[in-house]
Amino acid sequence: MSLLIPALLLGVSALALARRADVYGALLEGGRQGLELVKSILPALVLLLAAVELLRASGAMEALTRLLSPAAELLGIPAEVLPLALIRPLSGSAALAVGADLMAAYGPDSLVGRTAAIMLGSTETTFYTISVYFAAAGVKRTRWAIPAALIADLTGFAAAAACARL
Amino acid sequence: MTMSWLWVAMLALALFCGLLNGTEDLGRAALSGAGRAVELAVGLTGSLCLWSGFGVLLERSGLRAGLARLLAPLLGRLFPTARRDPETLGALSANVTANLLGLGSAATPPGIAAVRRMRALSRSDGATDEMCRLVVLNTASIQLLPTTVAALRGSLGAAAPFDILPAVWVTSLLSVAAGLGAAALLQRLWREKK
Repeated sequence: MSLLIPALLLGVSALALARRADVYGALLEGGRQGLELVKSILPALVLLLAAVELLRASGAMEALTRLLSPAAELLGIPAEVLPLALIRPLSGSAALAVGADLMAAYGPDSLVGRTAAIMLGSTETTFYTISVYFAAAGVKRTRWAIPAALIADLTGFAAAAACARL
Repeated sequence: MTMSWLWVAMLALALFCGLLNGTEDLGRAALSGAGRAVELAVGLTGSLCLWSGFGVLLERSGLRAGLARLLAPLLGRLFPTARRDPETLGALSANVTANLLGLGSAATPPGIAAVRRMRALSRSDGATDEMCRLVVLNTASIQLLPTTVAALRGSLGAAAPFDILPAVWVTSLLSVAAGLGAAALLQRLWREKK
């Protein structure tokens, strides 16, 4: 993996050079587009993380965990990983921190640790992706993108718990 | 609209729980969250610039068109409208390839480029069926190599950090299938009001 990114950069740059493309100019131009991209996604990020921080500081996350743990047990999701399932769609870095805590506390090869790892590996930061993609493109009505993505997440969490038991 | 409802619901829930628990520093929490967003964006800037540059290079060198030809039979099924536009198809191909390689940050620029292009072609500010499908594909994370998690497992002393791979693949496939299934169903129920 540590070689994948430099190898990819070299491979494509060398191929492009062989085809007489202005490699450096293309990279610079794309870099400027990247800067524009950051500008267009920042407002959505600010709203999302402000809400996440409020939910965590107010104890709403804990209350939701307690409220939802019976339903999670029904789906075979251990109650211990529920905080991870709740934070996963909202914040990637927070999810990684919660997941690392779980793996450290229960052991990376325990049922809880494995479930947490599979969850982290097989799901994405849903709300981040949706708000960033649609904000950057100026899409106002998101229609059923959020419900469909959340159904995918929920299936992923239940499947992660089931696969961890195998 | 969904985002507006969600925003109000999250704020109301936080305020309610905060009052119930007697949390006093909610104001500071909101501001620190906003501040962390800027830190996150700054942290993302380098990789977004690098990968956007890589995307332009991929396009200029003609490699993206080759990738698009390779993936067209598969992507064409999910994105019949986008398939007819080389620009969208190219961005979609780059997005899916980056996801498969586990390069989440490399997937974002082409993913956004694809949605922008779809939006320009649809001439509406509502999400089209294909935009929603693209978002589901990206949020359900189709990853072949979950390297971050494997590294985390390794650092915590797992016997075989990569032995979760088959489980991750099965889980990803199931969640993508469920997401696309839900999308197909909701697409019929959730018609755009004209």
